[in-house]
Amino acid sequence: MSAQVRSAAIVGIHEYPSRDVEGALSPLQIKAASAARALEDAGLSWSDVDAIYDAGEAGPMSGFMISEYFGIRPNVIDTTNVGGSSYEYHAAHARRDIAAGKAKVALLTYGSTAHSNAARIGVGGRGGAGLPGDNVESFVGQTLVANYAMVACRHMYEYGTTSEQLAEISVATRAHAMRNPEAVQAMKDLEFLDIRETTVDDVVKSRMIADPLHLLECCMISDGGGAVVIAAPEVARNCAKRPVWILGTGEATKYPENGGDITTSAAAQSGPPAFAEAGVTPDEIDVAMIYDSFSITVLTILEDLGFCPKGEGGRWVEGGRLRFDRPGDGPALNTDGGGLSSNHPGMRGIFLLIEAARQLRGESTSQVDHASLAVAHGNGGMLGARHCAGTVILGRD
Amino acid sequence: MADATRPLPKLDELDTRPFWEATRDGKLTYQRCDDCGTVVWHPRRHCTGCTGGNLSWHTASGAGTIYTFSVVRQSYHPFFRTLVPYAVAWVDLDEGPRLLTNVVGVKDPTSDLACGQRVTLEWEEHDELKIPLFRPADG
Repeated sequence: MSAQVRSAAIVGIHEYPSRDVEGALSPLQIKAASAARALEDAGLSWSDVDAIYDAGEAGPMSGFMISEYFGIRPNVIDTTNVGGSSYEYHAAHARRDIAAGKAKVALLTYGSTAHSNAARIGVGGRGGAGLPGDNVESFVGQTLVANYAMVACRHMYEYGTTSEQLAEISVATRAHAMRNPEAVQAMKDLEFLDIRETTVDDVVKSRMIADPLHLLECCMISDGGGAVVIAAPEVARNCAKRPVWILGTGEATKYPENGGDITTSAAAQSGPPAFAEAGVTPDEIDVAMIYDSFSITVLTILEDLGFCPKGEGGRWVEGGRLRFDRPGDGPALNTDGGGLSSNHPGMRGIFLLIEAARQLRGESTSQVDHASLAVAHGNGGMLGARHCAGTVILGRD
Repeated sequence: MADATRPLPKLDELDTRPFWEATRDGKLTYQRCDDCGTVVWHPRRHCTGCTGGNLSWHTASGAGTIYTFSVVRQSYHPFFRTLVPYAVAWVDLDEGPRLLTNVVGVKDPTSDLACGQRVTLEWEEHDELKIPLFRPADG
């Protein structure tokens, strides 16, 4: 642990509480409201922000637009957009920029009204064939769910993984959601039919959406947003809450290749450098915040990050191992209720950082006893085709 | 919705235009590098295996194997919603390229398909091009 460099920390967080703004708020308004709350959480203000990170989800050319909207004058402007993993990249870049002396207080924000817009993210048509890869793929009617389902299908074929094993991920996540009042309210607002803890049987008997993935293995489509403030050590030491240090980061991309292995995601490349930089191993991790667009996303990434060998994830997650109250068995998974049962407005990556920070502060509604190390892993794009991965290892003082 | 049709590729996309033009003649083509032998798919102008980039076009036999697949049960697309349940699949051509396609010609895609299953090319005719679909190979 002596090699760890503590050059930047998460000092402010906010998750926008509503998952259904009923068309009354814009994504920009959600971003600004979240930013103000996250700055208050840190004991900072707009004028302290000197670096802005923005995925452009709320409007084009956000490099010009977002600072004006917030009314800030940053010295660092980063508009990396890698889909749902953008915020893990933003955290990595903020730490790098702070360590290089370019900035002291970085602001990351997210806002989306995907639910109010009735965005059919999972089962809509795939439009736009402007890029060459799309132009030889978009004629087949592959829904987003089917894209991920093809990873699950091959995982089952190669390793004998079962739907019951995949269901364990949905069950553990729902159990955590039921402990989180905002997640329960989200499920009410989004008109979930049956808001309660689920069983493996519930999941595998829910409606098939794209074989082999069932309804309860798919994330919700909500409104929402949030903000994260990251600061240099000299700022972090004087903030209102205790700092959550960024200890290691990794980035990677993956895409369809002739003869490639669809069951291995970009996490296999982004994870090892992140753990190595942090000087920790997966078996030391208390909380795993992993992008749960679908059950298979989590299973694949748990393997790729090294929590268990490739192909053994199905057996590894059995028996409720991922629950928050099973310390010693491996990390607690998505203790806020995840995208499956709490919050998924399209790009969930910022909530991974936020709940990891809550855990390391001791503020989670499914608090892991003595949580000291967490991983936040974002997956952006499509797991069964081209995607980006961002791994961030976080630790408390 | 009676006139809803399959979304067709753009013929003015410069990397993939030669591929779609060849489908008019019933040819399923792919690229291979004359310098390093790399099979390049999707089509593009440069070689991903070396910087020489002398790619040439070859015609595939149409024989392949299902690498993985899914059966779409729910779609809001005006055309594809009329097809459910239907199979999408990554198919490995014997020559190397891995294509995203539909596997057709089975009674029940939810039970009649498997990873590793042999498939063969079946064209779907359109005005300006043909769409490469696959069906289980005979026997």
